[in-house]
Amino acid sequence: MESASNGHGHEHGHEHGHGGDHIHPPPSNFLTKYVFSTDHKVIAVQFFCMGFTMFLVGGLFALLLRWQIAYPFQPLPFGLGEVIYASAPGHTMPPESYPTLVTMHGTVMVFFVIIPLLTGAFGNYLIPLKIGARDMAFPLLNMLSYWVAVPAGVLIIMAFLSEAGGPGAGWTSYPPLSALPQASPGSGAGQTLWLLSIFCVGWSSIMGGINYLTTIINLRAPGMSLTRMPLSVWALFITSVLQVLATPVLAAASILLLFDKLLGTSFFLPAGINVGGQAIAQAGGGNPLLFQHLFWFYSHPAVYILVLPAMGLVSDIIPTFTRKPIFGYKAMAYSMAAIAGLGFIVWGHHMFQAGMNPYVATSFMVATMVIATPSSVKVFNWLGSLYGGSIRFTTPMLCCLAFVSMFIIGGLSGVFLAATPVDIFFHDTYYVVAHIHYVVFGGSVFGIFAGLYYWFPKVTGRKMSEFWGKVHFWLSFVSFNGVFFPMHILGIGGMMRRIADPTIYQHLAPLQSWNVYITMFAVVLGFSQFIVIANIAVSLLRGERVGENPWEATTLEWTTASPPPYYNYLQIPTVHHPPYEFSVPGMESDYIVQSAPPRSA
Amino acid sequence: MPQGLQLFPQQASTIAKHVDWLYFFLIAVTIFFATLVCVLVTFFMIRYRRGAKVDRSNPVNHSTTLELLWTGIPLVLAMVIFAWGAVLFYAIQTPGQGAMEIYVVGKQWMWKLQHPAGKKEINELHVPLGKRVRLTMTSEDVIHSFYVPAFRIKKDVLPGRYTTLWFEATKLGTFHLFCAEYCGLGHSRMIGRVVVMTPGDYEKWLSGGGNEEPLEVSGERLFQRLACATCHREDSKGRGPSLAGVFGTSVRLKSGASVVADESYIRESILEPQAKLTAGFDPVMPTFTGQLGEEGIIQLIAYIKSLARKPDSSAPPTPPTSH
Repeated sequence: MESASNGHGHEHGHEHGHGGDHIHPPPSNFLTKYVFSTDHKVIAVQFFCMGFTMFLVGGLFALLLRWQIAYPFQPLPFGLGEVIYASAPGHTMPPESYPTLVTMHGTVMVFFVIIPLLTGAFGNYLIPLKIGARDMAFPLLNMLSYWVAVPAGVLIIMAFLSEAGGPGAGWTSYPPLSALPQASPGSGAGQTLWLLSIFCVGWSSIMGGINYLTTIINLRAPGMSLTRMPLSVWALFITSVLQVLATPVLAAASILLLFDKLLGTSFFLPAGINVGGQAIAQAGGGNPLLFQHLFWFYSHPAVYILVLPAMGLVSDIIPTFTRKPIFGYKAMAYSMAAIAGLGFIVWGHHMFQAGMNPYVATSFMVATMVIATPSSVKVFNWLGSLYGGSIRFTTPMLCCLAFVSMFIIGGLSGVFLAATPVDIFFHDTYYVVAHIHYVVFGGSVFGIFAGLYYWFPKVTGRKMSEFWGKVHFWLSFVSFNGVFFPMHILGIGGMMRRIADPTIYQHLAPLQSWNVYITMFAVVLGFSQFIVIANIAVSLLRGERVGENPWEATTLEWTTASPPPYYNYLQIPTVHHPPYEFSVPGMESDYIVQSAPPRSA
Repeated sequence: MPQGLQLFPQQASTIAKHVDWLYFFLIAVTIFFATLVCVLVTFFMIRYRRGAKVDRSNPVNHSTTLELLWTGIPLVLAMVIFAWGAVLFYAIQTPGQGAMEIYVVGKQWMWKLQHPAGKKEINELHVPLGKRVRLTMTSEDVIHSFYVPAFRIKKDVLPGRYTTLWFEATKLGTFHLFCAEYCGLGHSRMIGRVVVMTPGDYEKWLSGGGNEEPLEVSGERLFQRLACATCHREDSKGRGPSLAGVFGTSVRLKSGASVVADESYIRESILEPQAKLTAGFDPVMPTFTGQLGEEGIIQLIAYIKSLARKPDSSAPPTPPTSH
């Protein structure tokens, strides 16, 4: 860290607008330019490529799960089973694969898709550009945070392919199931690799968070006061606080569980347990609930790490396409801070059914109920931002509108789970699955799509195809609802999570046709994502070339070239305006960039 | 069971209809707000589309009144839901007096149930109609979750501690019992059923089959066989504390703290005697880990409980307990 802070001292001059003298030439060596780069823009693209690749992997896991739920233990269509389940008898899913796929889908999507895409890719790319800095405060640390995430990704794939069986205790990996190989075939080497991977990816997340916080606090361009920061920067700032404070607890939990698995300790194993009649000699004195507390102390704030940056991106994009300032800028920033603050004291709502004292449960319940308030403030403020605007239906804007409408559904379904008496019924059913996907897919993923279509021209200098963008949007939007809305109905009907074969439950027989429909929509949803990949590939080569500011937006990144030069800004800009000055009465242009000369001066 | 779309499974316990009223209230609130937001998004999209001739001369970017309104209304609603939910939750969590007690042990992948009179069942629970039943549950191995949808009850079943659950069935018939917490490869097949009978039929069912002895009698035999009585004498002169009347009371520990002698404490003291040592006694008790299964521990607990319930003449007078 010592050398990194020297680096900050070195950059100090930029804050005063004399940056021109300190511009470094870009690295000319291929390795330092594209692979081991310290340039935040290159690292962002690296995170994006990793995240998007993992998005396809996680999606493939989901499709295999969906096939199994719709047609339990039947061969995959088009002879795919002979490829995917080549070694399994009959080329159908072996029973131990189902929990592994459930575990891998959740783990990959949370830790290797949404977090790297939102904080690693968008956070890295946008923070320095939006605050008028040349790079992150600690460029080397930034590079390290990516190069720790890569081995984490390798480890998670190794865990999946582990010969003894991939991890199969769910993405929550509750002990004793995850601690004892006797209890589940995946709880041997597979689970150990899973824990190492989570430890590494958490490390990457902490390093990123420290870097973003330092950068936002110290490297803002002159005039970029906190209340002139774009909401995306606010969102990433608040997210970084969560990453830095919550992730170490997950690291602790995974280390303790590793000790239980490898060193014969008993942090999470109570005395007297035996599996299949075999006593567990090492067990004694431990408490399985301790793991749940540690896990959710991280993983509930993690839900906000997944959604706050997307809220920020959407809040930046909506004003551009309504040609109107965001409604209630301060309330938007405060409500994000309130969500994050409350997010730290609600973890117990994942454990209402775990035998918690009802009085303790009540304190978690009230905090969870209160968190609905800042969330609804945000939704109403986005609605207010549409009112009286001049809406341009570009692809990024459509994704933002989907974000707002899907997020409200995900938020409202959460109220059912917060109300403890109703949660007793819904806990561990598909209702929870529907809820989390409305927040994380309907919210975060549509936020990511919005960001992709919106900043692609800045990153590459070319626009993505609007036509194919809209095709991708509509197919995704319709099939997303086709997949996840019926899951509410399944949950209400009493279908539990993580069951490999719903057809053995007599009460689920009338609901099985829903499972078939869901799987059909899931296939459409999965294959629609190839449209966006093709769109990226073709647009990179043949997309319409654009100038600095194709969307006529107001924040700083649109004042430099597309793609921005290595040093971002030739002259560090001076900020004179709030972030969303659109349609100001009496002005000729309908937008004022943040670094435009002051109006009345 | 009705086919296709249903808002909830049938109600078959006393709490089910109370839970469902809260649930229907939430559905109403949710539909109102989801519709409001989605309709407004669509309406604004159409009305304020680029090129539409509408008045944009006075765009509102901030309104304290509006913001207070849409902070205040959701907050009040959230607090109403909280108060309603909390009151109901306490009622659901508090079994009250005089409940019939049944012990549940979960393991990969079955439910083992023991009636107080000694009758044992696997994956089937027979209960009388209209009587409060309190389940005291533990697991032999990993975490399970006891879930009876028609009764609106669910509670995790953990190794190393006891969790409790109660219900009072209001309908005769057979109801599903599931494990709701993923517990290994056989999780989907960990299925049982609850059979609700008239009290008369229940008595008949209890007395049918083998002549099992009550739990506390088995427990007493185990107590003698393991020679617990050598130290835990009734006259409080033994090397260990007397167990008469101890259940449900507060025990002073050597560390100075005190603990309520409940099922979990007794279980811990059998398996890890030195963990919470009673004040005034030496750490001489050996562990019984490996010698006792969960069912044996439950029998011992039932016996120790019975010592508290009916103090006989040979035991020292016990203080009245609140249990």
